[in-house]
Amino acid sequence: MSERTFTIEDLKRILLEGAGAEEGVDLDGDILDTEFEELGYESLALLETGGRIEREYGISLDDDVFTDNRTPRSLVTAINTQLETLVAP
Amino acid sequence: MTARAVITGIGVATANGLGVDDFWAATRVGKNAIGPVTRFDASSYPARLAGEITGFEAADHLPSRLLPQTDRMTRLALVAADCAFEDADVRPGDIPEFDMGVVTASTSGGFEFGQNELKKLWSQGSQYVSAYQSFAWFYAVNSGQISIRNGMRGPSGVVVSDHAGGLDAIAQARRQIRKGSKLIFSGGFDASICPWGWVAQIAGGRLSTRTDPERAYLPFDADANGYVPGEGGALLILEDEHTARERGARTLYGEIAGYGATFDPKPGSGREPGLRRAIEVALADAGAAAADVDVVFADGAGTPDLDRAEADAITAVFGPGGVPVTAPKTMIGRLYSGAAPVDVVSAVLAIREGIIPPTTNVECAPAYDIDLVVGQPRPASVRTALVLARGHGGFNSAVVVREVD
Amino acid sequence: MSRRVVITGVGVLAPGGIGAKNFWSLLSEGRTATRGITFFDPSSFRSQVAAEADFDPELHGLTAQEIRRMDRAAQFGVVAAREALADSGLALAGFDPHRTGVTIGSAVGATTGLDEEYRVVSDDGRLDLVDHTYAPPHLYNYFVPSSFSAEVAWAVGAEGPATVVSTGCTSGLDSVGHAVELIREGSADVMIAGATDAPISPITMACFDAIKATTPRNDYPEHASRPFDGTRNGFVLGEGAAVFVLEELESATRRGAHVYAEIAGYASRCNAFHMTGLRPDGREMAEAIRVALAEARMNPESIDYINAHGSGTKQNDRHETAAFKLSLGDHAHRTPVSSIKSMVGHSLGAIGSIEIAASVLAMENHVVPPTANLHTPDPECDLDYVPVTAREHRTDAVLTVGSGFGGFQSAMVLARPERSAA
Repeated sequence: MSERTFTIEDLKRILLEGAGAEEGVDLDGDILDTEFEELGYESLALLETGGRIEREYGISLDDDVFTDNRTPRSLVTAINTQLETLVAP
Repeated sequence: MTARAVITGIGVATANGLGVDDFWAATRVGKNAIGPVTRFDASSYPARLAGEITGFEAADHLPSRLLPQTDRMTRLALVAADCAFEDADVRPGDIPEFDMGVVTASTSGGFEFGQNELKKLWSQGSQYVSAYQSFAWFYAVNSGQISIRNGMRGPSGVVVSDHAGGLDAIAQARRQIRKGSKLIFSGGFDASICPWGWVAQIAGGRLSTRTDPERAYLPFDADANGYVPGEGGALLILEDEHTARERGARTLYGEIAGYGATFDPKPGSGREPGLRRAIEVALADAGAAAADVDVVFADGAGTPDLDRAEADAITAVFGPGGVPVTAPKTMIGRLYSGAAPVDVVSAVLAIREGIIPPTTNVECAPAYDIDLVVGQPRPASVRTALVLARGHGGFNSAVVVREVD
Repeated sequence: MSRRVVITGVGVLAPGGIGAKNFWSLLSEGRTATRGITFFDPSSFRSQVAAEADFDPELHGLTAQEIRRMDRAAQFGVVAAREALADSGLALAGFDPHRTGVTIGSAVGATTGLDEEYRVVSDDGRLDLVDHTYAPPHLYNYFVPSSFSAEVAWAVGAEGPATVVSTGCTSGLDSVGHAVELIREGSADVMIAGATDAPISPITMACFDAIKATTPRNDYPEHASRPFDGTRNGFVLGEGAAVFVLEELESATRRGAHVYAEIAGYASRCNAFHMTGLRPDGREMAEAIRVALAEARMNPESIDYINAHGSGTKQNDRHETAAFKLSLGDHAHRTPVSSIKSMVGHSLGAIGSIEIAASVLAMENHVVPPTANLHTPDPECDLDYVPVTAREHRTDAVLTVGSGFGGFQSAMVLARPERSAA
């Protein structure tokens, strides 16, 4: 299995596909440490986003993934940690 | 005394116009908008014509946050709601939130959204189904989304009675106005021109299988052979007349003066269908005599048995040729829950302009004793209009719309 | 003054309890009807439990032709309507079809039938251009759920106003509320009103999986529905129907009908907040409760029992508890509150009517049904939820509420006619 990583660009693409972008929010700005809620994504948008990440990356996210990871930076790290376990021996 | 429910704002989207101005410019002159289905390849289906809305780009009107979670019919309804607010010159914050509500009708919900999710479910697996499927397809979605977008927290509702539902929703809105609400949105939208929706409509057995757009949907014509489905609908802002006048509402388009609804006897009973009773109840409710009615907007089913039943009901109430009758939906197809609200829009515009929009493409069969307005618009002084609608299975609804002095 | 509307006939079809009598046995004994899904193989789903009804349409008098053309939810509706009509004695007394109407509530219509037919015409999702030659004629009846009201109208012989009310999970309350309005305003003298849903299908399970609204507690299906419990983690999908005969009070009294309850007040509001989310303060539900009480001309103190929405999701039960406190004040703490969804699951649009049935049967018996599976307190849910065991309790007036996707919040007050102000 080839190693996959999950980047902020991947996250932005999936957010846009699954939930669009709030008016007045520029996803291309410095959003790494801005909370999802502040970016205009509420629980439903995050559930849709989580589902899309799970399907695309073949992983299963914990129910609490978005309460434990409230910012893009934290989420990207958490998903990469999980992807690493997939390729571990 | 009972509050009068008046129409103060209109949002409409049909194949012959987005917005009330475009819609009426086309409707008053009888512009046909039925054409071949373009949304998907319909060549393998027995029905190939539709009244499609072209040139509607949801992204031009709605925030991108709403797009992934909405079916086409919801997008159309949300935009129509915005237009109606603008037309009524009222902003959501102008009226206390618990005094504003939304009552819409639906026929098939967000069927295209449902189609896409069913496809994912069965071709890929349950985990591929969108989080938005939990509401994007269901019948209540338009009332919910409109209330959220506009901060309307008052009494709301959703009714489903096939093509008749639009009038039932308007009647329910009037009830809420009478009970003290100040502003209620009402009407209906459907847009199920997708393969799955198409197959379901074909199964109903009443679609025209013709391919000539001018010879397909011909209510009251000797050549009637079924109907052509369309998409779209209308939303009306109803207000209590006093509130509307106090705030200096720009236009009082008309009053919802009367309503009646009945259900047909069980098939095979041989007894008279319920449409005549619905008309009589609506007239009595409006305190109007048959002679007061200046035009009837017919349901215009387009199949000989249903056209016969409707012509008989009209003749029984108004006498042979006793009132002008029209079915402008021949231009845009039948819009399910949106059909009758669009006719109510045509009715109030007919009142305002003194013109009856025509039934296009049709030559009235001599077997029907009705004065069908065909071909050209007919100038007429219209103060009171009757709008009729029927739904599959036996639903009959009638609304009397009256000029506001 | 406006006409008063009473319930004179009850028909119920619920998981674990088909017929009003069996339904009440289930509730009063605190038994649960939730189980591992048997209707299809649920192994690929997150939530694999549901409250399924063991329903044999033939046994309940439906003909082969009726069974073929009706979705399961329509079948439920017809069977419940027939029970209600028989219970009311109205058929024997005679009624005017023109003055008799029908309102049936349903959140998701014929979704199960649509799911099944889609598989056929699309060859399990392989075809984009689905094949019309495989579609049965009754597919149109699935397309438009107003067919439910048509079937009920035919079954009982009603020819007055008919419609389907579809306001998501408050449909069952709103349908009955709508019918009350029609009688009050004089559009009908009798209404056959209720709600039905049969949503236990792969598409419904999948969409609730996607938003993690249903419980993943698959190991203990019979204890999976835990409203107001500290360990609750989602609702259990259910199915069923309840239908009532509603009449104007005077004519019901004149013909000597048994009056279960007056529908004394009803109101619905919208939270205009979120399609699936709830604001924690319960403000709009509280407003609906206040308006329903005002319409009934009753004060909070006259409510003897609250039949809660109690779906068993984290946010609902908290939201609702807040709404009761906001609208009823201290009386909320003194009133038994329970959720029958702990026993019969959440049948979406149908449940509002099924809960009206539970409420009037509580009044009949002066027994409050329990909240099953409630063992672990939740500090945010601090009312008296009647845990585990039914309770004898004088019950002359009940508040029943519903809350649903789209933001709808509805409340209804049921009372003995002599108890609510004339």
